[in-house]
Order: sequence, then C-alpha cells, then structure tokens
Amino acid sequence: MFIQQLINGLILGSTYALIALGYTMVYGIIELINFAHGEIYMFGAFVGLILVTVFKVPFILAFLLAMAAGALLGITVEYLAYRPLRQSSRLAALISAIGASIFLSNLALLIMGAQPYTFPSPFDATVYRTSLFVISKVEIIVLASSILLMIALTLFVQRTKVGKAMRATAQDKDTASLMGININRIITITFAIGSALGAAAGVMVGVYFRTVTPTMGLMPGLKGFVAAVIGGIGNIPGAMFGGIALGIAEVMGAAYISSQYRDAVAFALLIIVLLLKPSGLLGRTAQEKV
Amino acid sequence: MLKVENVSAGYGGIKVLDRISFSVSEGKIVTLIGSNGVGKTTTLRTISGLLRPTEGRILFCNEDISKAAPHKIVEQGISHVPEGRNVFPRLTVKENLEMGAYIRKDAAGIRKDYQMVMETFPQLAQRQRQTAGTLSGGEQQMLAMGRALMSRPRLLLLDEPSMGLAPLVVLGIFEIIKEVNRQGTTILLVEQNAQVALRTAHRGYVMETGRIILEDSADALLQNDQVRKAYLGE
Repeated sequence: MFIQQLINGLILGSTYALIALGYTMVYGIIELINFAHGEIYMFGAFVGLILVTVFKVPFILAFLLAMAAGALLGITVEYLAYRPLRQSSRLAALISAIGASIFLSNLALLIMGAQPYTFPSPFDATVYRTSLFVISKVEIIVLASSILLMIALTLFVQRTKVGKAMRATAQDKDTASLMGININRIITITFAIGSALGAAAGVMVGVYFRTVTPTMGLMPGLKGFVAAVIGGIGNIPGAMFGGIALGIAEVMGAAYISSQYRDAVAFALLIIVLLLKPSGLLGRTAQEKV
Repeated sequence: MLKVENVSAGYGGIKVLDRISFSVSEGKIVTLIGSNGVGKTTTLRTISGLLRPTEGRILFCNEDISKAAPHKIVEQGISHVPEGRNVFPRLTVKENLEMGAYIRKDAAGIRKDYQMVMETFPQLAQRQRQTAGTLSGGEQQMLAMGRALMSRPRLLLLDEPSMGLAPLVVLGIFEIIKEVNRQGTTILLVEQNAQVALRTAHRGYVMETGRIILEDSADALLQNDQVRKAYLGE
C-alpha cells in the first residue's frame, strides 16, 4: 500500500516537476513569475489532443509537436507581454503575466468551449503487477518520459555552451553581455525550453487522466509554482525535487488523511517550507563572497 | 584605435559624463585616473555598450560603436573587466574562462589560449573545477582578466584592478597587465590608485566630476604638481 502510494506520488510529482522547471528557469533569468505558464501547459494538452484526434498523428509525433507549439507560444508571450516591460517595475511585468494567463485561458474557452474533451489513450491498458505495487503502461511512459526530459535538460544546462551561457546570464546579466552573450536570445531560449517542458506535462497529464479542458492549467499551474518555490525558485534541481516531493505529499495526504484535503496538503507543505526555510529546500541562503 | 569624442552619458536624468574626449592609440597602456565618483567606471560602461551615450560618439578602429549592443562590441574586439571583478560565482573557473571565449568558434585556438591563461595565472590552474565564488579577491581579479583575454581582445578595458587587494597582490596584477600589453593588447586602465597606474601606463588622463581636466604622458603626470598634490598624496 505504502509503496503503491509512493509510486503514484512519483508519477504525479514528475509532471509537477516538469511544470515547475518552466517557472524556475524563467525566474532564474528575468526574476518574473510567468503566470501564463499554466496556460501553456493547457495549450500543449490541446495541441496534442487535436493532433491525435483530428489529424490522426501518431502519439509520439503529436507529443513532440505539442512541445514545439508550447515553445512557440512561450516565446510569443515573452515577446508581447514581458519584453516591452523589461525596463519597468517588476510589478508591471507580474500584472502583465496575470493578464496573459487570463487572456489565454479565455481564448481557449472561446475557441474550444467549456466542455471537457476526452484524450483517447494511445496505449493499451496493460497493467504490470508485482508483489509490492501495480503500474500501468501509461504510468510507466509518463514517468519514463518525465525523467528522460529532466536528464536531457540537466545535460543541456550543465554541458552545452548555450546552457552555460544561460547560467551565466542568470547570475549576472551585464557581465554576461560583456562576454558577447546576446541576452535577448538567451531569454528567448529559456522561455522556449521551459514552455516546451510545460506543454509536455500537459500532454502527459492529458493521456494520464484522459481529460482536457480550457481551465485545466489553473491548478497544475499553481502546483508547479508551489513546487518551484518549495525547491527554491530559480534552482533547477530544486524544481525537480520540489515537484516530486509535492506529488508524493499530495498522494500520501489523499491516501492517509482524506482525498478531499489533497490540494490543502500541497499548500500546507508550501507554508511549512516557507516558514522553516524561506529560500526553499535547495535554495541558496548564504551570500557569495564578493 | 579608440576615439571618444564629446561623449556625455548618465543614469536616468543624471548626467555623469560631460562631453569628454580622449583617445587610446594602438599598443599602448592608457590610464584614466581620478577620485571616486568622477565617472571613470561610467566611461568604461559607455565604451562597452552597457550605457548609451546621450551625445557624442565613440569610434573603434574608425567604426562608430556608440549605438551598438554590448555583445556586438565584444565581437569588434573590446573586452571589459568590470569593477569588483564580477566573475560568475556559481560557474567553475573553467566555465568562467569558457564564457570568455563565447564569441569564438576556433576550438583549437581556444584550447591554446586556455593553456596560455593557465600559465599566466598558475593559481587558477589549481582551481579549475572550483566555483569562482570560492576564490580569493586576487584570484577573482586574475580570473576576470583571464576571462577577458579568452576573447582575444584588441582592446582591454580594466576597471580598478587594484580594488580591495593587498599591495603585494596589486604589484603582481600590474606586472601581468604590462606583460599582456607587451604581447600586443592595447589597454585602457581606470584606477583610483594613481601611483601604480601612472607607473604602468604610457599615457594618462585625469578626470574630475565628469570632465577630463588634464592629459599628458604618464611620466609627465607623475611630475606634475597638481597631480602630485591631488592624487599622489604629496
């Protein structure tokens, strides 16, 4: 029973982790909470759904195209809603982010209507049983692809030249530009990658829970944000850790306390972490030597 | 090589530089001295594009760079070591140096220059995998200079390399500055420490509240009464 809940928490948590990465990467570079991120997740789910049901695209291809479409939307939101406000106060950009979020979810409501859509499962209903837990094929695929994406992101940020430039830009924009790094280009790449991961999470949750709605981005968007803060906003391993911790806590809370307190558990965890370690579990507290 | 013509610049509505003009000729070390807050750092920030001049123009190798973005100016061959060193604290020493070579594509040349930096600054060689934030002040200054050299600049802008360093470390850093210059890099050096700056440079300009009030060869400035009184504490 406990092991089973742990596995379920891990699966849910891995999707939170993917969403949290988008928040944390953007915050790391421009210190903005991109509140439209939940809508990019919803957009990814819809693109995947439409490609699979209307255009009969194979699932893997639909998944990749949804990520690309999410990246494109993320870049567009940054370009239209955040870039013009780069020199303004952070509050102005934050309000613009909330506006972008409301605009996108209402646009989806207008186009798709308020009714939920069913995501046809691309995988057969095979279930694998062990003595300790039961796991379905779709769960294995969600978990495996989340982990793969996180490994790929880590390698990209740690090993590649652009990844290093992203970290340099997050630490000191002026000095990064003195290295010849085009800051605007790095910001665009950051939005593209973060949004692609968010869209990937949208598609995965779509096939996992089988439902897609225009307002589906709201709660997971909030949860992803909470996960990023729990892990330490701006910190990439922190977002992965925070997402998984949040998923496990939520599932455990639902199993051992009451399933009605599911969301309450998530936000209670946030409050506890903020009280005990305001910079997040993996956040930096010590100031660097100057 | 570098010509600054009647340049004004500032932050918000506040004018820091008031129509300053000076030039740096190829192969030389030129120093800009003056006390705290007269606009020396602002001058360098304006040259490297972090700040736009409100009037006047800046010519580098006869090309107007006054409206170019910082990353374009680096590509032209100007490298700026900012005040307070500003290494990337959570990147390793090696990664910091790689960022210095960001605009370059010649992997073999980059490797060679990396070796050259390791030889010039042996202390860094022992700390390649350490994050830069854990280095001492002197080591961070060396790293910032090494990083700037990794772009193979034609002109190196140095902002207060002596700041916050022990006198012995300062002497070491200035020996390296001379050596870098001997190997062909032109240097514009901004310093509050007029003594060591004028002993290192060929030519000097004296700044006072946003203006250049004096210019001469470095040796002549060392003998100048006004300079001796105001900046050399005699």
